[in-house]
Amino acid sequence: MTAVHPAAPVRTADQDAQAQAPRRRLRSARKGAGRQHHAGPLTYVVLVLVALASLFPLYWTLVAASTDAHAVVSTPPPMVPGGNLFKNLSYVWHNAGGRGMGVALLNSTLVAGSVTIGTVSFSLLAGFAFAKLQFPGRGAMMGLVIATLAVPAQLSVVPLFILMKNLGQGNHLSALILPSLVTAFGVFFMRQFLVQALPSELLEAARMDGANSLRVVWHVVVPIARPAMAVLGMLTFVQSWNDFLWPIIAMNGSSNPTVQVALAGLGTGWSTDWSIIMAGALIGTLPLLLVFVLFGKHIVGGITQGAVKG
Amino acid sequence: MYRWDTKGSPYAFVSPFFLVFAAFGLFPLLYTGWLSLHQVSLYNVDQAKWVGLKNYTDLFTGPPSHFFWNALGNTFTLGILSTVPQLMIAIGLAHLLNYKLRASSFFRTALLAPYATSVAAATLVFALIFSPESGMANWFLGLFGVDPVAWEAGEWTSQLAISLIVTWRWTGYNALIFLAAMQAVPGDLYEAAALDGASRWKQFLHVTVPALRPTILFTVVVSTIGATQLFGEPFLFGGQSGHQGGTAHQYETLGVFMYDQGFRNSMLGRASAIAWTMFALLLLIGLVNALIARRLRKSQ
Repeated sequence: MTAVHPAAPVRTADQDAQAQAPRRRLRSARKGAGRQHHAGPLTYVVLVLVALASLFPLYWTLVAASTDAHAVVSTPPPMVPGGNLFKNLSYVWHNAGGRGMGVALLNSTLVAGSVTIGTVSFSLLAGFAFAKLQFPGRGAMMGLVIATLAVPAQLSVVPLFILMKNLGQGNHLSALILPSLVTAFGVFFMRQFLVQALPSELLEAARMDGANSLRVVWHVVVPIARPAMAVLGMLTFVQSWNDFLWPIIAMNGSSNPTVQVALAGLGTGWSTDWSIIMAGALIGTLPLLLVFVLFGKHIVGGITQGAVKG
Repeated sequence: MYRWDTKGSPYAFVSPFFLVFAAFGLFPLLYTGWLSLHQVSLYNVDQAKWVGLKNYTDLFTGPPSHFFWNALGNTFTLGILSTVPQLMIAIGLAHLLNYKLRASSFFRTALLAPYATSVAAATLVFALIFSPESGMANWFLGLFGVDPVAWEAGEWTSQLAISLIVTWRWTGYNALIFLAAMQAVPGDLYEAAALDGASRWKQFLHVTVPALRPTILFTVVVSTIGATQLFGEPFLFGGQSGHQGGTAHQYETLGVFMYDQGFRNSMLGRASAIAWTMFALLLLIGLVNALIARRLRKSQ
């Protein structure tokens, strides 16, 4: 089979809005909506202040992580980085949470990575089936998916704890990966995307060419779903990385923590050296911020896109 | 072969979801309900003793009921304190972001940066900022001649500080959701309103907000569900006393209460009863939401 289709162009909300409001109308409705209007100085002042408020705690994590136990709590508080950053980072890297922040980072990467791969691929398959395939029971099953959107994490922690204890999986990373491999949100998100983005004619054409279902998924659905897969992947990674309740129960007292569990250990321990704690917080945040800076534009677009369709 | 493929593959495609959900979603849901009728020790999970509804009656009227109602109340006040300002600020910010802006992608990314920060890291930074003697918050207030506040010790001050963490992390996220909805509002509506002489503030109130109703409802529900399950922020804000929601349980939420009862006090049956009570609460929120959504649809 030859390449069936180039990746469908995906329109962002911005592009849609611009298409709906041609330039001519923009000018004619100067007194109209914010969209048509240039921002005034006051808007910039407010936005700059809010942006500062958003970024300052992150900056201050860096400042605090570069001081020492004494300087971090001095008055007035330090506002520029000091000289202890690498000393503090190296300390938590080797000592936090039993085996150090380095192990915790590796664990979180493994957990969030596996959860992301699982969620994206299983959501893609199920979302495709619900969006484009006809089969008995489809409506009822989709209803069940939607109903499970609201089941809170708290409901599963006690049985999961017992289950994992009986299976001997306590303190093992698979205890964190397995329960999160699928999400109802992911299936729902993929279905919503594919209903619109995947033309049924294309599927029929591929079928006519004699492609079986798996080939159709691989050569038709995946190329078209790629942008949605990227967005779902990033959202899932962030969520899994930040998961807290279940990891702190499953990994309690473990020498094999995730980043969140290791940070919780730093924060609730007897040590009150805030410069060390902030060094841990910095290490725990940097990977996500890095992902965010690299893919920020797509994440921003993805959140807005998912919200409109969801 | 072909027939088998077209008939069977849809089920093969949806089965991973349903298998994992059955094992790690549905089974725990029912098992938690069953456990909530038992006395179960953390250290001997296989010896569950049937106690009927005792875990529930204990929660509502028995010895732990004082802490249960306290946690329920705190969940409610923390939910209001974090959800209401967060969404109101978010809608205002979305309105500003909707102007033609220079550096608009910088502002969007900056506002969303807190979302990419972990619960633990964010809470620890704010715990430092709000620390009693030397924290930055008290230093800042001191510049205006305000006496130091014991943020963590007070009931309102601690809840205010915790809701600020939640607000900080989620306002930008919600602002972007509102922004997307705003950009989908047809420009004609504004044109017509402008011709009728509506000021920009009136246009915001009478065009933007009504058009955003479904999105507002969506964010209200999502934030409310999030607030009902609040755990990491109160747990970590208190340091040593975080597992009980502060030295005097002053910001203990239902989530923290469940953790403390189950995994500190070894009463897994009671923890299960708390989990099911939270589930009932969420169902109630869902029901109210559905009713409101239906009335909104009818009124349009």
